Amino acid sequence: MAFRIVHYINQFYAGIGGEEKADYKPEIRTGVVGPGMAFKGALKGEAEIVATVICGDSYFASNMDEAASAIIDMIREYKPDAFIAGPAFNAGRYGTACGAMCEAVSKEFGIPVISGMYPENPGVEMYRKHAWIVETPDSAAGMRKAVPAMAKLVLKLLKGEAVGRPSDEGYIERGIRKNMFYEKLAAERCVDMFVSKLKGETFETEYKMPVFDRVDPQPAVKDMKNAVIALVTSGGICPKGNPDHIEASSASKFGEYDITGVNDLTSETYCTAHGGYDATYADQDADRVLPVDVLRDLEKEGVIGKLHNKFYTTVGNGTSVANAKRFGAEIVNRLVNDGVTAVILTST
Amino acid sequence: MKLELQKLNVKSLKFGDKTGFSDGVLAINKAELIALISEDPMLGKNIDADIAMPGESVRIMPVKDVIEPRWKIEGKGQVFPGMLSDVETVGEGKTLVLSGCAVLTAGKLVRFQEGIIDMSGPGADYTPYSKTCNVVLILEPSDPNMDKHDYETACRMAGLKAAAYLAKSCSGLQADSTEVYEMPKIRDAMNSYPELPKVGYIYMLQTQGLLHDTYLYGVDVKRILPTLISPLEVMDGAIVSGNCVSACDKNSTYSHLNNPVISDMLKRHGKDFNFVACIVTNENVTLADKRRSSSYATKLAAMLGLDGVVITEEGFGNPDADLIMNCRKSEQLGIKTALLTDEYAGQDGASQSLADSCPEGDACVTAGNANEVIKLPAMKKVIGYQEEANVIAGGWQGSLSDDGSITVELQAITGATSELGYTKLGAYTL
Amino acid sequence: MCTIVPISQTVGANRIVPTIAIPHPLGNPSKTPEEEKILRRSLVERALKALQTEITEQTVFTE
Repeated sequence: MAFRIVHYINQFYAGIGGEEKADYKPEIRTGVVGPGMAFKGALKGEAEIVATVICGDSYFASNMDEAASAIIDMIREYKPDAFIAGPAFNAGRYGTACGAMCEAVSKEFGIPVISGMYPENPGVEMYRKHAWIVETPDSAAGMRKAVPAMAKLVLKLLKGEAVGRPSDEGYIERGIRKNMFYEKLAAERCVDMFVSKLKGETFETEYKMPVFDRVDPQPAVKDMKNAVIALVTSGGICPKGNPDHIEASSASKFGEYDITGVNDLTSETYCTAHGGYDATYADQDADRVLPVDVLRDLEKEGVIGKLHNKFYTTVGNGTSVANAKRFGAEIVNRLVNDGVTAVILTST
Repeated sequence: MKLELQKLNVKSLKFGDKTGFSDGVLAINKAELIALISEDPMLGKNIDADIAMPGESVRIMPVKDVIEPRWKIEGKGQVFPGMLSDVETVGEGKTLVLSGCAVLTAGKLVRFQEGIIDMSGPGADYTPYSKTCNVVLILEPSDPNMDKHDYETACRMAGLKAAAYLAKSCSGLQADSTEVYEMPKIRDAMNSYPELPKVGYIYMLQTQGLLHDTYLYGVDVKRILPTLISPLEVMDGAIVSGNCVSACDKNSTYSHLNNPVISDMLKRHGKDFNFVACIVTNENVTLADKRRSSSYATKLAAMLGLDGVVITEEGFGNPDADLIMNCRKSEQLGIKTALLTDEYAGQDGASQSLADSCPEGDACVTAGNANEVIKLPAMKKVIGYQEEANVIAGGWQGSLSDDGSITVELQAITGATSELGYTKLGAYTL
Repeated sequence: MCTIVPISQTVGANRIVPTIAIPHPLGNPSKTPEEEKILRRSLVERALKALQTEITEQTVFTE
C-alpha cells in the first residue's frame, strides 16, 4: 500500500488567482491539485497525494494560529503519513506559511514534514529546525528541479531510511545535531584534523562554534525600596528530597517553591538536585546558591520592598538551550503576573 | 625514557582457586580478592565480586570507574603512584598489562554522576567497556551515613587495589605481545625532525570536587599549576580518575591508561609532526583558576616553541570555558589547535552544543551528542542497583520501566562520548 | 550572578555580577558562617546596584 501524503499549496498554485485572491480561506480537496501532478510522477506510486490543502497567503499570514488549527482539523481524516508544503521558491509569505504548517503538522501528527524553498526565503530561517526544506531555485521555473528532490527525500523519510548530510541530500541545513558512528575513533579524527590544520590543508570541522541570542538590556530599577525582588536559579536548589524530581542533568522542568516565612535555607530543609557540581557545599547551606537569608535581611531593613514569596529553580547541567528558553519564558510569565519588579538569577 | 608494555590477552574470566592467567583465561580467587578489598574499614560487609563478559545479557550499574589491571615488573616505582604505591616517578622499565580485561567499581551510589554498562544490546554499542572482560566490584560504605568523600575514596582505592592485584598475580608469564615506547629528553626531541612541526597535547582534567576530581601522582589536580608529563607516565597510571562528570564523558582510569590521543600522536610522531610534550592542566571552579591555568598551560606550550596542540576537554558546561580559553590563548600565541569535546545539544539536537565559543575553535571534533535518548532493553542479569536509573545524570523519574528496560540519555552510559576520543561516536549536522 | 563570567558573556547576559566559585557562588566554606554571610550580602548588594544601573551593553559589575 502506498504511503499517504497531504499536500499544502497557496491560491496561486491552485489556479485560483494571484495577489487579488490572497485572502482565500483554507479548504481541502481530495486528490492532487496543481504541482501535485508533478509529485504524482516523482513519487513513483510508492506514495500518493490523498488530499491538497489550499490557502491564500495573506489569509494565512494574518490568521496564522487560526488557519493552522483549521487546516490541522481538515487534514486529520486523511490520516497522512507525511506532509509536503510548496515548494515556495522565493515567495516570502508562501514560504512562511509552508514552514508554519510543517511545524504545526509535525507537532500534531509526528509525521515527516517537508517543504522546498530558495535559501533566502524568510521561511527558511524561521522553520528550518522544524522541517526538511529542500533547496530550490528562486522561482517557479525551478519546479522541475524541486519536485524530484522533494519526492526523493520524502520517500526516504517515509521508509525510515537514514538521511545523510544536507549537501548529499539537497536540503537546507537544519542545524540539528545527529549522532553517528564514524569509521575512526574520535581521537584519530581529531589528530587527522590537527595534521590538516598544521599543514594548511583544507579540513571540515565536525562542529562549528555556536552562536547565542542577544537581548536588549532592561531599564534600571528606579525605586528599589518598593521593588519586589524574585530569586531564580539554575543551581538546582529545591526542598530536601527534590519533591518534583528535577533531573540531575538535562532538566525537563523547573520547580516553583513557596518561601513565605522562610528566613534561612538549612541542610534540614533544602538541598540541590544538580548533578554537575560538587553538591557538598550547597547541601550544607543552600543560601550559598540561593541567597534567601540575605534578601530577608534586606527586606527587613527596607533596602528592597519585598522578597517574592516564590522562587524558581532548575538544573543547568547539560540542559539544552531550548529547554532553558522554554523555562525562562514560563517563569517570566508567572513573575510578571505576580507583579515582580526584578529578578536576581544565580548560576553555578 | 623507555617503557615496555607486556600484554597478556585476556579472553575469558573465571573464579577459581588461584588467581592467575593461562591460555587466555584469567582465573580469580574471589575470596582473596574480596579479602583484599575488605581491608578498608570504610567499606561495608556485603562486598561482592562478579564477572561480566562481552555479549552476555548483563547490566552493570551504577559504575564509578573502570581500571585496566597493570603491574610494574621492572623499573622504578609501581603503578598508580601516589595512590596505591609510593610517589616514585613511573614510566620506565616494564609493565604487565592484562589487556582486554577491566575492573569495574560498582555498587551503592556515591552521587548522581555514575553510569550504566550493558554487555549486550544497543547500549553495548556505545560503551567501550562492553568489549572488555569485566571483573565487577560491588561496593557499599560501612556506614550508610558516611561522608560521601570518604566513600568515594574507598571505592576508588578498591578499584585500583583490585586492578593491581590481578595483574601482579599474573607476573612472571611470557607476554602475548610487547609494545615498546620511547620518549627522548626534551633537549633531544627539540633537535629531531627539524622539518616537522613541533606539537604537544594539552590534557585537560576534571577537577571540581566530589566525583569531579582527578589525581596526578596522588595529588588532587585542582591544586596543581599545569605541568609537563611524559605519555609513558600516563601509561603507568600517573593519572587516576576520581570523577564521573557525567558517566558518558568521564575519562575513566582505563581510558587514561590507554589514552587514544596519546597513542595516535605517538603513532604519527616523526611522520606528520614531532610530538614533543604533553601538558596536563585542570578545570577548576573559580574564574581566577580557569584564567591562571589556561594562561599557564599555553605559556608552557609557547616556552617549548610548539607549533600546535591537540586539546581534550573532560566534562561539559563550565569546562567548555576552560576549553575555549586554552584554545583562544594558544591561537593568540601562534599555536594552532584542534579540539576534542562532546555535545549537549538537547534531546532533539537542535540547541547549541557547547556553553562557550570562540572563532579560533575552527578545528573541533566531537564524540557525539550526550543528550540523545536511547532505550536499553531489559537484561537477564543486573549487577548493582537498576533503580538508580531514575536519579543518575541522563535519567529521569520513570527512566526505569516495569519491564526492566531503561530509557535514558547517552550521558548515563559510561564512556559513551569519551572526550579522549575512545569511541567512534560523533555527530553531524542535519 | 555567576562565577564563569565568560560563559555569561557568550550566552548574552546583560548585567553580570561575578561570584565566588561554581559550587558556592554566594558563599565560601573556608570562612566562618558570619564572615560568609557578610560576603554573600556584599555580592547581593552588588546585584541590587547592577539592577539600579542603566546600561546599554553587557556589563560586568566588579564593584
